[in-house]
Amino acid sequence: MEVSYYPGCTLKTNGKNFEVTTLKLLEKLDVDVKELEEWYCCGVTFSQSEENLIQKVAPIRTLVKAKEAGRKKLLVLCAMCYNTLKRAVKFIKDNPDKRDVIHDFMDRESTKYFGDEVEIIDLLSLLKLIGREKIREVVGDKRLNLKVAGYYGCMLLRPRDIAIDSETNPTLLEEMLENFGLSPVYFPFRVECCGSYQILNNSDFVRKQTRLIVSSAIENGADFIVTLCPLCFYNLDEVQKEIAEEDSAFKTIPVMYISQLLSIAAGISPEINDFNLHSIDPRPVLREKGLL
Amino acid sequence: MKRIGVFVCHCGINIAGTVDIKRVVEAVKNFPGVVYVEDYKYMCSDPGQNLIREKIKSEKLDGVVIAACSPTLHEKTFRNTVSQAGINPYNCEIANIREQCSWVHTNMEEATEKAIRIVKSIVAKTLLDESLVPIKSPVVKRALVVGGGIAGIQAALNIANSGYEVVLVEKEPSIGGRMAQFSETFPTLDCAQCILTPKMVDVASNENIKLLTYSEVVDVSGSVGNFKVKIKKKAKSVDYEKCTGCGICVEKCPVKVPNEFDRGMSERKAIYTQFPQAVPNKPVIDRENCTYFQKGKCRLCERVCPFGAIDFEQEDEVIEEEVGAIVLATGYELYDVSNMGEYGGGELEDVIDGLTFERLLSSSGPTSGEVRRPSDGKVPKTVVFVKCVGSRDPEHHFPYCSKVCCMYTTKHAMLYKHRVPDGKAYIFYMDVRTAGKGYEEFYQRAQEEDGVIYLRGKVSKIYKSDGKLIVDGFDTLTGRKVQVEADMVVLAMAIRPSSGAEKLFNLLKVSTDANGFLTEAHPKLRPVESLTAGIFLVGCAQGPKDIPDSVSQANAAASMISVMFSQDYLIHEPIITGVNEDLCSGCGICVAVCPYDARKINREKGTVEVNEILCEACGACAAACPSGAAQQKNLTDRQIISMIKAILEE
Amino acid sequence: MEPKVSIKLPAKDAARVERFAEITGVNVFACYQCGNCSASCPATEFMDVPPHQVMRYLQLEMFDEIVKANTCWICAACITCTAKCPRGIDIAKAMEGLRQIFLEEQEFARYNIFDIKKKVLEKLPQIALVGNFRKNIL
Repeated sequence: MEVSYYPGCTLKTNGKNFEVTTLKLLEKLDVDVKELEEWYCCGVTFSQSEENLIQKVAPIRTLVKAKEAGRKKLLVLCAMCYNTLKRAVKFIKDNPDKRDVIHDFMDRESTKYFGDEVEIIDLLSLLKLIGREKIREVVGDKRLNLKVAGYYGCMLLRPRDIAIDSETNPTLLEEMLENFGLSPVYFPFRVECCGSYQILNNSDFVRKQTRLIVSSAIENGADFIVTLCPLCFYNLDEVQKEIAEEDSAFKTIPVMYISQLLSIAAGISPEINDFNLHSIDPRPVLREKGLL
Repeated sequence: MKRIGVFVCHCGINIAGTVDIKRVVEAVKNFPGVVYVEDYKYMCSDPGQNLIREKIKSEKLDGVVIAACSPTLHEKTFRNTVSQAGINPYNCEIANIREQCSWVHTNMEEATEKAIRIVKSIVAKTLLDESLVPIKSPVVKRALVVGGGIAGIQAALNIANSGYEVVLVEKEPSIGGRMAQFSETFPTLDCAQCILTPKMVDVASNENIKLLTYSEVVDVSGSVGNFKVKIKKKAKSVDYEKCTGCGICVEKCPVKVPNEFDRGMSERKAIYTQFPQAVPNKPVIDRENCTYFQKGKCRLCERVCPFGAIDFEQEDEVIEEEVGAIVLATGYELYDVSNMGEYGGGELEDVIDGLTFERLLSSSGPTSGEVRRPSDGKVPKTVVFVKCVGSRDPEHHFPYCSKVCCMYTTKHAMLYKHRVPDGKAYIFYMDVRTAGKGYEEFYQRAQEEDGVIYLRGKVSKIYKSDGKLIVDGFDTLTGRKVQVEADMVVLAMAIRPSSGAEKLFNLLKVSTDANGFLTEAHPKLRPVESLTAGIFLVGCAQGPKDIPDSVSQANAAASMISVMFSQDYLIHEPIITGVNEDLCSGCGICVAVCPYDARKINREKGTVEVNEILCEACGACAAACPSGAAQQKNLTDRQIISMIKAILEE
Repeated sequence: MEPKVSIKLPAKDAARVERFAEITGVNVFACYQCGNCSASCPATEFMDVPPHQVMRYLQLEMFDEIVKANTCWICAACITCTAKCPRGIDIAKAMEGLRQIFLEEQEFARYNIFDIKKKVLEKLPQIALVGNFRKNIL
């Protein structure tokens, strides 16, 4: 299988553990991943306004690049990028007149993007496509003694027309954890919002959410929380540390990108991670479980 | 040529407001065949009808066109009118200048022109109309009732008590239906079983009722007055002639399986009677769970039965019954809790549906009426009730209101408070709908006297934390989020048509609405009839409703059937599609398109034959026939062509 | 003296009503005030006016009440409200429309980049910054 790859800004900086471990993992699963030679910031939050077309230009530009790259699938790891790109494509498909306006604006592009030329795919759906058999072939029959709370967040599940799974009762993340020999923990806050960019304006809101999500994962017996979004990662990891510093009774739990744990399960050395990018150091738990 | 009279109705301003009646009258005078034209304010009124009768006589008319409202409304009225004046009613036609003209147009000039053309085409049709005589067919004076819940029981009893035979088919081992599962009923708090069981016993002892439990309708043919129904009697494995219902077999049976009647909260045996007051009060063997049927040994029940009633060799049997009318009382089931991902998706043991709570409240239920939660049998001290779960949610589930939940949830909370006086009951609601005698008072009582707290808003999420069920909701009246730490949650799940019923409905070719409920012939004026003649709808199969409404519907259907059975013949419209045998090549295309099984090929003659009773004159065959052999009476190709010509003529 | 009435109807805010319809296309009259948006919104506690009441004000064309409230600025565009709405109303889109209208009317930007502390920027992912700008700057 071959896919083009759109990293987005954060995966090149704070979120690079997500990129590094995913690329290694996919290499092991015989997926040929090629990063787009040129790409643009997606804009992060999709503008839901029927107007405001300018905010939809960048995602479409990126898809023009993906079309030029010639591969049928475009892998997008960051959940926010996935959401924005996918909705921008849906928007131009639903609004041909507005699509034409956007096309007219992009006068330096060599080709136009209409909507179905490249399929945008997230990591979980890609792993599903690779299939359980191939994964078991690489991972083997061993099961790591790890209880993992899969945190979906919002952007992969909402709105419904771009969702990767059921919005109220998704199972894809847990299914993938299971395929890699990890034990998924269902916890009631797995589809709850982390507070997102409101970390800048209303950190109390994010703190409240982090408390809820983290406590619920711990209550349900998880060793780790895994996420697929660098902003969720920050809000759950860094903010968790801040809460813990103020409230000594608050229990913490390490947060990781899903690929960090899956790559370990696939026998890839944890050394490729930069653990300095974690505010709650996952190494003690990894050591305790004999994985480091 | 026929002498045709045209009568133009103003319908007050309904027609005259948009159509220039004077101009219509003037124009019509010149149509070929028209010898008399008159207009009148309300043609359907007594003076209007008298006018028509008088003019038929004085002008020696032999064809009449009424330019008025839709034929669905008054075709019958006017055909009666003309026949009283001695004209064959099928020489009277309606030109619809209201629904198809005045009501849908605003420009008087254009509407008038259209009305003239409509009348002209109907005159052209009437010129070619034949005199017809209604078709008579005999009635089999027996009824089939499908479903032995309260609606089916009531319908069966009424028909039987009118002196006609009834075949009552129930798929479960006992009649009683959902009502038998209920605890007490709103708003009087009568014990459901106490008021239901006497009726069940009446069914069993009524000589006019042939009760077939553990049975299902598998095939239906024929039509109103003469249906042929095949019924599968599932093997009970017990000879009911010998069995006395002593219950020793049940006591000794070693197999225990979850009891469906108690919504899985108790156990029953593989040989079982559904509940203590079951009718018939004799057991059946559930072969899927019986050790003997699955593994080939045991036969303990056979050994302990003092009467030799156990019969392992019994087989399913298909019997055929002839009936003149069918009552569908197939009832409802609840939408499954597993559909509600945000409420635990059925994984939280103490989040239950309303019917399950009925069993917890019932004195014959698994807890003998004590409110104890399923997970650990503890008495819940805080119970949350959520209404409109799956109902009124067109985006995710069903758009309709399930109608009974407002009242039964109020009853649930009230009964809970009676059993657990120190408990707290909270009801999340969007609206409280208490349209029914004594219902509003009942709702007020729950608040004032029993201290049930109503919270106006939806619940967004239910999950477990620290041993409690956390219910996250909202109270729009205070504008605040509400979180309740509950011990148990009762969801008022949407009412759905019984899952097995769809197959039967397809078999009978009765239509259902977008939600799977049976469609009535007219929502207001023919509420218990289906669009297929001779098939009646009662109870929740037609839509969510409470017991009094179900009983009223059953009474209504039974009375309509009694009226039908009081006549020796059914009258069938003579407007059917026949066969011109000289033209028919027996190709069979019409047979394939007929939705009523009214046509078949006569191999000997090499032509098609029509069963006139079954033909509903839909015209599908006439349109499909390549040779013009299939012609609908009084709507022949010749008539249609002359109508089109009349409309297009300048 | 004119009698005091809290809500005077019909309201006179035609320009905003029209602009709202242009930007969002949301039919606010589908709302039957079940409150599920407010129940499921993770930020209701931080809002002066909960989302379902914003929908009510929209039905009554009372934009002045919505301007006063912080609701659309607290919203994190997580779309939970839209996902939960039994009537299929895109409430998240309505919030976006309100943000755009108010930004157009009052201030081009509600946010000053220099207000962000340097220390925060070290670890904060870019997507937080860009996302926040997009919702608060026109």
